[in-house]
Amino acid sequence: MSAVAEAPTPPQPASPIAGFVDRNFRWLLVWPSILVLLLIGLFPVIYSLFVSFQKINRRVSDTSFQGFYNYERLVTDERFWDSVINTGIMTGIALPLELVLGLLLARLFLESFPGRQILIALIVTPSVIAPFVAGAMWRLMFENIFGPINEIIRWIVGGTFDLLWLINDNPLIVYSAILTTEVWQWTPFMFLILLAAWSNVDKSQLEAAEIDGASGWRVFRRIIFPAIRPVVFVALTIRGLDLVRLFDIVYALTRGGPGNMTETISIYAYIKGFERFDISMTAAFAFVVIVSLSILVMVVLRRVGVTQ
Amino acid sequence: MSADGPHRFKAATAGRALLAVAVTALFLFPVYWLFVMSIKTPEEVFASPPVWWPAEISLENFAVLFRDGDVRAIWNSAIVAGVSTVIAMFLGTIAAYSIARYRTGGDHLAIWIISQRMIPPIAIVFPIFLAFALIGLNDTYLGLIALYTAFNLPYVIWMMRGYVEDVPLELEESALVDGLDRWQTLLKVVFPMMRTGLFATSVFTFIFAWNEFIFALILTRTEVITFPVQVSHYFGPQQIFWAKIGAMSVLGTLPVFFTVAMAQKLLVRGISMGAVKG
Repeated sequence: MSAVAEAPTPPQPASPIAGFVDRNFRWLLVWPSILVLLLIGLFPVIYSLFVSFQKINRRVSDTSFQGFYNYERLVTDERFWDSVINTGIMTGIALPLELVLGLLLARLFLESFPGRQILIALIVTPSVIAPFVAGAMWRLMFENIFGPINEIIRWIVGGTFDLLWLINDNPLIVYSAILTTEVWQWTPFMFLILLAAWSNVDKSQLEAAEIDGASGWRVFRRIIFPAIRPVVFVALTIRGLDLVRLFDIVYALTRGGPGNMTETISIYAYIKGFERFDISMTAAFAFVVIVSLSILVMVVLRRVGVTQ
Repeated sequence: MSADGPHRFKAATAGRALLAVAVTALFLFPVYWLFVMSIKTPEEVFASPPVWWPAEISLENFAVLFRDGDVRAIWNSAIVAGVSTVIAMFLGTIAAYSIARYRTGGDHLAIWIISQRMIPPIAIVFPIFLAFALIGLNDTYLGLIALYTAFNLPYVIWMMRGYVEDVPLELEESALVDGLDRWQTLLKVVFPMMRTGLFATSVFTFIFAWNEFIFALILTRTEVITFPVQVSHYFGPQQIFWAKIGAMSVLGTLPVFFTVAMAQKLLVRGISMGAVKG
């Protein structure tokens, strides 16, 4: 970027103090933020690392060096790996679903029709609701006796139907309830970003393709998708990183249950730390999560940086 | 499309509009459902088959929240989200200015800052909880405000950096030539030029803090409970208080809904973290 070379040059400083402030102006502006971020961002990492080599839990408080004891417990803990797999499944299903549904919605709203603006404003509502409240909403929707979903199924099949969506031995049923909530809340977010990007695609190219008689799908694959790809990538990154730390809606719907069927990484860490008070193991857990996600984020951000 | 004349075109538009209305209704139904819970009588709440629209509007569920003092959670949310937004906006915007104009810290600093935003809250909140317990910051405004400020800073810096780059450099140069010092230039020339960006970014910063759940769940007990945590308290071990959940959710969602409706034009750039200028 050329901004460095063009940065405005100030007039002569009036006093030595002013001169100091002036020379260090740019750092003066960023230091408060860096300090706050170091305090909240770096402190937890160091602290977690420290405590993770000790042995502190509800019963013992042994601060002597324990080596990799807690890390061994973590990697041999089946429930930890289950939570990684559960998080992976939810992310792997929700992310493509939100993208495809978001694209379909964007297509539907692309051309103008009466009331379009109002409908767009309304359809975004789910994404601005507190995620915990969204979870509460859908817990009510899936209620087995007086919930509207079972009621609608009763109309269709005729007769009784009181499926327990959220306390069920069948993971397919519980997962579909959680994924419905997740996809319902964040598809509008995808839609809004994709619609804006799609509307910005160069019209002359589209017209040329139309004259050539290219099919809609071909136009999408050859012209539209390549044009919106950078935005798609950013949207997927934002949603993907949110999904990896999924907590609120699962906490509202199932709290990770039944058993640990729907336990995400964040839910399990919460249980370990704040229900079991297994402090040292949770610290090891937190450290592993921070480090592995930081690496992932750095890699992803560098790629986004390259594409922009 | 034009080959079949205006009739075909009209039918297609009408079909599209109808489908769009249907899809929107589908997305809004759960919101409607929780909303009607808040105005139902106790019998209607637990009726099976469910009551699709209540016979009359009962405001009793809201009255209970005011009588029991539960609405304090809304007030707490407003203070915590409001104060942390103001601090994060000021610190973040001056940092963004420095990073955008002088490339302070280069790409490494920019990437480090935004990566702070991506760390899962659960991993941060555990050591923070222990540290706050030591210095008595759990369940205080100060503790929650500090955390939300830090949590929102990366977003503010990231967004405002883009808005700073939109301000023409010549304006600043002429301000410096006119004898303003750098602080004055920043506060009197650059800030006013970024009104839209400052407003849009504040809206999102506020909403993030307002809707946040994990930090508030763990770092509050009784004094500074925020609105989503208050809602979570209505999920009792024996009973779920749906009417209260509905009423409290309505109170907590309306301010956000109106703010977003107001700031609609600025939405896309804000939620796409600047990827779409919209």
